Amino acid sequence: MAENILELRDVRTYFPVHKGFLLKRQTGSVRAVDGVTLSIRQGEVLGLVGESGCGKSTLARTILHLVPATGGVVILNGRNLGEASRAEMLACRRDLQMVFQDPYASLNPRMTVHAMLAEPLLAHRICSKGDVQGRVDELMSTVGLAPRFARKYPHEFSGGQRQRIAIARALALRPRIIVADEPVSALDVSIQAQILNLLSQLCREMSLALIFIAHDLSVVRHISDRVAVMYLGKIVELGPAEDVIDRPRHPYTRALVSAIPVPDPEVERARQRIVLAGDPPSPINPPPGCAFHPRCPHAVGRCREAVPPLVPAGPSRQAACIRLDELP
Amino acid sequence: MPLLTVTDLRTHFHTRNGVYRAVDGVSFEVERGETLGMVGESGSGKSVTCYSIMGLVPQPPGRIESGSAMFNGVDLLRCSPAEARSVRGKRVSMIFQDPMTSLNPYLRISEQVIEPLLIHENVSKREALARALRMMEAVGISDAAHRIHAYPHEFSGGMRQRVMIAMALITRPELLIADEPTTALDVTVQAQILELIRRLQRELGMAVIYVTHDLGVVAGLCDRVQVMYAGRIVERAGASALFRSPLHPYTRALQRSIPSLQPKGRELFTIPGVPPDASKPPPGCAFAPRCGFADDACNAAVPDLAEAAPGHSHACIRMRAGEINWDA
Repeated sequence: MAENILELRDVRTYFPVHKGFLLKRQTGSVRAVDGVTLSIRQGEVLGLVGESGCGKSTLARTILHLVPATGGVVILNGRNLGEASRAEMLACRRDLQMVFQDPYASLNPRMTVHAMLAEPLLAHRICSKGDVQGRVDELMSTVGLAPRFARKYPHEFSGGQRQRIAIARALALRPRIIVADEPVSALDVSIQAQILNLLSQLCREMSLALIFIAHDLSVVRHISDRVAVMYLGKIVELGPAEDVIDRPRHPYTRALVSAIPVPDPEVERARQRIVLAGDPPSPINPPPGCAFHPRCPHAVGRCREAVPPLVPAGPSRQAACIRLDELP
Repeated sequence: MPLLTVTDLRTHFHTRNGVYRAVDGVSFEVERGETLGMVGESGSGKSVTCYSIMGLVPQPPGRIESGSAMFNGVDLLRCSPAEARSVRGKRVSMIFQDPMTSLNPYLRISEQVIEPLLIHENVSKREALARALRMMEAVGISDAAHRIHAYPHEFSGGMRQRVMIAMALITRPELLIADEPTTALDVTVQAQILELIRRLQRELGMAVIYVTHDLGVVAGLCDRVQVMYAGRIVERAGASALFRSPLHPYTRALQRSIPSLQPKGRELFTIPGVPPDASKPPPGCAFAPRCGFADDACNAAVPDLAEAAPGHSHACIRMRAGEINWDA
């Protein structure tokens, strides 16, 4: 079994909430990520799903040290990033790259593709000036763009092509891990499939680990080896993608899966849907005990008492619900 | 007689870079009480079709080049502004994709929900408020009596979409045009809103035109579906027929691109290329350059939408000639 390339231990990211205009007082905190423990192996695709506001993007940003963690440790290749010096951190950044959701906003409109792909190569002194052209051409071919487009600007490309540029930029430093935050949400179905194929192919060929964040479970099921389901800053279910999505155990995952519309009128008409009431609660003031209990159809008094830990729930699966064995 | 009959609608945008044929010859009917799904990728002209019917196309640069939209004997595209006002917002309402930007942030919810009533019906403000309150309860806003006086920013995305729906339905319209109303929402909230639209439609007996790019949503909600590509309808059928036996190569390709319908681990089916530039449409079938079944005849002339079986039309000349066998 390949080694863990990234480990998260009890990672927490809180944002302070202030009140007052001139004399600011901290009145609380938003617990965006609240105790996440995870590991990812080389070449593995880990899907991260959940509703908006559940902390999936903040977790991604914490992994990349774009926002500082409030607590817990992030270990990359055996090195604790929290204790890394500036120089070490710079080296680590090479191994960790990100692809963002909106390829219309994540590419600098005033830079050509060549300039965007050459910048990291020169900044990290990966190539000499003479070799840059060759590497840029290679990167463009890797993501399926003709190298002759290197002198064009982002506005000359379609959404799918822009996302390919963003992926090429992430690959420039030969990272070990890519974090992709909703990389296909802004794309049409027919284009989405192209990008998903590209990402899986890259992971296979370069044994690249991918953290794939999305809210579309069918996309996540297709691309991921394992899936982590988040609710209000915590992982509530974790396991092999097909198992978790085809046979969810946690009540929240069940509701989430049942909410996906199935593109088949007969199936849609026949199936029973669990429609959750209300919106996710506020992470400023999370409910006591299991954060899902106010919306959970199976909640009992005990659910209010303590935060349920992630416990084994079948082969290589975990779920955080105290009533797992009692559920129908 | 159908409730709405759109005939040969052409809406073009005249810009410095040329004429964009956003909608280029669209004809369809909506029967009383039915749900018509309108599916297509971005840029296929589905929203512009709706905007044209509602008189929301900015002119210039937009121009409605030809066509008619008969609603109860009134042509919405040609009638006087006074006539149009008596229909739009009263007998035909529309809800939009983004509930974050379609409510006025400066006005209380109450002001916005009663506005259609004050304009279209001769009621006192007090009566209007009472009806608004009942409507807010009907769309599932708890504690409506208090929350009706709140501002939009105090509501979550799902709640704002409920407010939009309350506002659209308060005049009890005969036709509701819903332009991707759940695209910006989480799946669990989407399930709530779809359930709500289904219920209100039953109760009020209104017809719905539901615009979306999500085939799954269409499957669960619509009686009939029409698929748009590059400003034209390429296929129209009852929902079951469309999903069971699509007759146009584009519909089939779209269906095959959905990850959930494909076995995991295999490469996803993709449609090669990108949709055509609406300012330079290809001479023949707009899908021909991306179609695996196209031959020279496809590029000769724009194919018309014609009925192949009762209630099932498509615009593919090769299918009509019996030259396409999906399984081959």
